Amino acid sequence: MTVNTLFFGIVMDITGERKISFDLQKEITIREFQEYLLKKYPGLTDIKIFAFAVNESYVKEDHQLQENDVVAVIPPVSGG
Amino acid sequence: MNNRISVILTQEKLDQQKCYDFVQDASCGGIVTFAGTVRDHTGGKEVKQLEFTAYASMAVKELTKIAEQALKKFDILKIAIHHAEGLLQVGDVPVVIAVSSAHRKAAFEACEYAIDALKESVPIWKKEFFEDGEVWVNAHP
Repeated sequence: MTVNTLFFGIVMDITGERKISFDLQKEITIREFQEYLLKKYPGLTDIKIFAFAVNESYVKEDHQLQENDVVAVIPPVSGG
Repeated sequence: MNNRISVILTQEKLDQQKCYDFVQDASCGGIVTFAGTVRDHTGGKEVKQLEFTAYASMAVKELTKIAEQALKKFDILKIAIHHAEGLLQVGDVPVVIAVSSAHRKAAFEACEYAIDALKESVPIWKKEFFEDGEVWVNAHP
């Protein structure tokens, strides 16, 4: 399953990437995807909280990812 | 898009008059505007400049949701929320919100609601630049 992932703010600095496609072995939830990312990018554990958006809407941890979803990893926002 | 809402995310300098003009209406007795401005210090340190980046497509959606919620929650006529992206200097304006209503109280409340909600949920990030480095705001709560 391919998941297109977008990184922003400090997450982009930590991963050194803006956009990556991950090929996952099976269908997973956001919670599992987060664990996957933390293993791949240990630096992310420094950030206490981040949110996830799928196809431009916030989702909860138990959200099931689908083929070709666009997942955004969203560190604490600071607009305004 | 709802003709009572104006949402803009732009690399250009914000035009506060444009927000005001959008919400202005003969049926309204008041217009409340909020302009966020770049402050020259944070936590006792001098800020040189700020950089705003956004997940633009989603940010516009979230800003629109906030405007829609404001129209639902408060007795207001129109709302404009404009946000800037890119490098801003001290005194520059990263965000402008304007709200019009028949009676002022609703406009004050809606304006405060909108800026609070924006800071809570809209995927926009601010980096502060100091003399000795730079830091993503709120990144380590």
